[in-house]
Amino acid sequence: MKGHRYLPLTEQDRREMLEAIGVTSIDDLFADIPEEVRFKGSLNLPPALSELELVRHMKELAGANATVNDYACFMGAGAYDHFIPTVVDAVLSRGEFYSAYTPYQPEVSQGTLQTIYEYQTLICELTSMDIAQASMYDGATALAEAALMACVVTRRPRIIMAESIHPEYLEVIRTYTQGRHLELVTVGTQGGRVDLEALERTVDKQTACVLLQTPNFFGLLEDGPKVGEVAHKAGALFVVCTDPISLGVLKPPGEYGADIVVGEGQPLGNPLSFGGPYLGFFAAREKFMRRMPGRMIAMTEDNRGQRGFVMALQTREQHIRREKATSNICTNEALCALAACVYLCAMGRQGFRQVAELCLQKAHYAAERISGLEGFELAFEGPFFKEFTVKCPLPADQVVKDLLSHRILAGVPLGRFFPEMRNHLLVCVTEKRTKEEIDHLVRRLEGLA
Amino acid sequence: MKVVEPLIFEMSAPGRQAHSLPECDVPARPLDELLPAGMLRESPANLPEVSEVDLVRHFTRLSQLNHGVDTGFYPLGSCTMKYNPKVNEWVARLEGFVDLHPYMPEELVQGALKLLYDMERYLCEIGGLARVSMQPAAGAHGEATGLLIIRAYHQHRGQGHRKKIIIPDSAHGTNPASTTMCGYRTVEVKSDERGGVDLKDLERTLDDEVAGLMLTNPNTLGLFDENIHVISKMVHEAGGLLYYDGANANAVLGISRPADCGFDVVHFNLHKTFGTPHGGGGPGSGPVGVIEELVPYLPVPLVEYDGSRYYLNYDLPHSIGRMRSFYGNFNVVVKAYAYIRALGPEGLRRVSEDAVLNANYLMAKLKEYYWLPYDRICKHEFVLSGKRQKDRYGVRTMDIAKRLLDFGYHPPTVYFPLIVDEALMIEPTETESKETLDGFIDAMIQIAREAEEEPEKLHQAPHRTPVGRLDEVRASRFPNLRYRREE
Repeated sequence: MKGHRYLPLTEQDRREMLEAIGVTSIDDLFADIPEEVRFKGSLNLPPALSELELVRHMKELAGANATVNDYACFMGAGAYDHFIPTVVDAVLSRGEFYSAYTPYQPEVSQGTLQTIYEYQTLICELTSMDIAQASMYDGATALAEAALMACVVTRRPRIIMAESIHPEYLEVIRTYTQGRHLELVTVGTQGGRVDLEALERTVDKQTACVLLQTPNFFGLLEDGPKVGEVAHKAGALFVVCTDPISLGVLKPPGEYGADIVVGEGQPLGNPLSFGGPYLGFFAAREKFMRRMPGRMIAMTEDNRGQRGFVMALQTREQHIRREKATSNICTNEALCALAACVYLCAMGRQGFRQVAELCLQKAHYAAERISGLEGFELAFEGPFFKEFTVKCPLPADQVVKDLLSHRILAGVPLGRFFPEMRNHLLVCVTEKRTKEEIDHLVRRLEGLA
Repeated sequence: MKVVEPLIFEMSAPGRQAHSLPECDVPARPLDELLPAGMLRESPANLPEVSEVDLVRHFTRLSQLNHGVDTGFYPLGSCTMKYNPKVNEWVARLEGFVDLHPYMPEELVQGALKLLYDMERYLCEIGGLARVSMQPAAGAHGEATGLLIIRAYHQHRGQGHRKKIIIPDSAHGTNPASTTMCGYRTVEVKSDERGGVDLKDLERTLDDEVAGLMLTNPNTLGLFDENIHVISKMVHEAGGLLYYDGANANAVLGISRPADCGFDVVHFNLHKTFGTPHGGGGPGSGPVGVIEELVPYLPVPLVEYDGSRYYLNYDLPHSIGRMRSFYGNFNVVVKAYAYIRALGPEGLRRVSEDAVLNANYLMAKLKEYYWLPYDRICKHEFVLSGKRQKDRYGVRTMDIAKRLLDFGYHPPTVYFPLIVDEALMIEPTETESKETLDGFIDAMIQIAREAEEEPEKLHQAPHRTPVGRLDEVRASRFPNLRYRREE
């Protein structure tokens, strides 16, 4: 083949190197691969593209998608269209950050290490928890790992999950606990929120933890303090999964008894990206420090009297502890955590609160307008943050389909998760939605009824 | 303590800001009208207040304290720190890939689904596999997925009593950790004197409790297991399945396909083999592929094509379920897709050939100066030992690694694999020029000389990095994991 831009060796280099090795051809370097397992011929893949052709091809593929920017986007359900300041990508685009790996050599990784330390601090500030780790894959896996950790900490086998948690998160917990001799119990809902009486009847001395999402999948705020009380009375841990943006205005879970707080960190400066990469944040009480999954970064001092940062408590981790590790996680979502870190610093104390208030105000304005329409009503009565469930006079799939032609992504139809909710639409309103867009949505919904 | 770069919190001053948000354009109501007062936060989260320029300088300065592939040679064994093509970063930022909501109606995201579908075909071809799921977010996540698939397969065949996973003593730590996560028991098998799986010892471990064997091939010594077809036969005859840890697949693209070697479940690390950036520790992507017989157990959803449109298929009754929300690290997959398209079949084969050539060249040049415990042709990486330097001059592998930092190189992986004393695991990758390798060779030779003549210089290294050796014991004994204002 001809030369390639990613491959610097010249034919002359290859000849000299083979000679230095003491072999005559490249094939000699593969002589240890048994004949019967060698691949004969050429891989059936499309031929190489020049950079010009590649860019053209990728633009074509990207162009075959509509984006949320082509529409007024009212979709949420675990992935949120929030504003991302340009400084976030400016920082993420630095090769020193993105072309590095796990900071095994702290002397040349202080950039990564200090930013994770700052990220950990920011997550603690948001959640009012003592400690946080460096990131999990996403909100769902963070919640699953929290449940597993609670079982180890309490030495109890039963995980109690509110049915108002994102259905995909519940599925992940089911997958993660296969083969572990753990018992999963789901507690149903009452008016879109976890049924507190049923919960009280279910929690017992075998219960390792109660998992609660608030705001929950339907957008409603759960009674966190009450659920925490029920869990603690039985000696179980109280695990809260939350939307980090909501913590701009909502009481942080650390203030109402949470033992572990997790959630999807995507809303913090990470684009939608068709579902990933995202990041799971994971914070806990200090006493669980040595049972935490994944990486944690600590401040320390070097031999020159300077402040520095290192990976700490590594004896919990797979590369040291192997089969006794607290988790198998190794590569996590460091760059997404960096995005969250830069986002939170850019928003700052006032801006972050402002984002949350804008979401809250706009979502309530939209909910009020929509519920005033003939045939449309809010499915549940409870308090909500930026998402709410609308019961439509026709299937929600149909609503979404009809509004596409008006450049509106009206929401997420819930029939795909709950067959009995085929007329229910989950509507999300972030700070990006304007009054004009909301009014447009309302008018078009009105036209459907 | 002297401060190299202040924490962002230490730069904060009340009233400063880096944000700008629009005014609220809907009629605003008092918060306590919208929510019960008890649910409201009493004071704002204590986030820093900095100006935009200070924020940019802070993170730029921090970035400059990092070593990355973009700043220099990074021969970190088993991590495949190859160059991350800039065009992949650029195309992955196209609005048509970035601003897609995962629940958008399928007809609006046909380009994204087609990309996932075609990428699956490419990985199937490279691995010799029937289907691939893009859901796992990283290598270890892929391992857990693969092990659960193996578990589901045995359960489905009434073989649920199989609880043992065999893992070589040279394996990555994630292998045994994943095994435990999936409720399996790890049984370690020894390596033989040539660095491969010891067949006698393997024989000992095989019985009707074996669920499978996990193998990295080439293994963490950088050696292709010459008995792979024998191992495959033995494990399969015992009723077990073979799991391929794809961490080292960079050595065999277009040369040997895992499924052709007898592997039943395979994960690839897109962030290693397929050129996507490591991000300071992620995001990665760890797609898992299987042979035909195991397709029913793959995670949901899979991407299908009906001849006119692409769609997500959730209808897999025997599926292990979901391993994470949505469809995986899509934007990482975009970059890996672009990588494969840029190289094509000949290019990918050349990637592996050059990776192996570079590794063997380094090995040939360095084995005179450092002990080479397994002296045979290697694949994409090889493992030296600092044992000679330790025994003769009291210089440890850690000292050698730290001294390399002074020469501007990221050190190899050290003290791994565990079966080599004072291990230095070196993986140059194919994206390094001969000049870069020669520079590294010179540095390694000079360090070998320094170990002999001025060992103290190595004990004190590094000398030229932003910070010196850090007190890790203190960091773990009295962990300071977050900043507190009063401190």
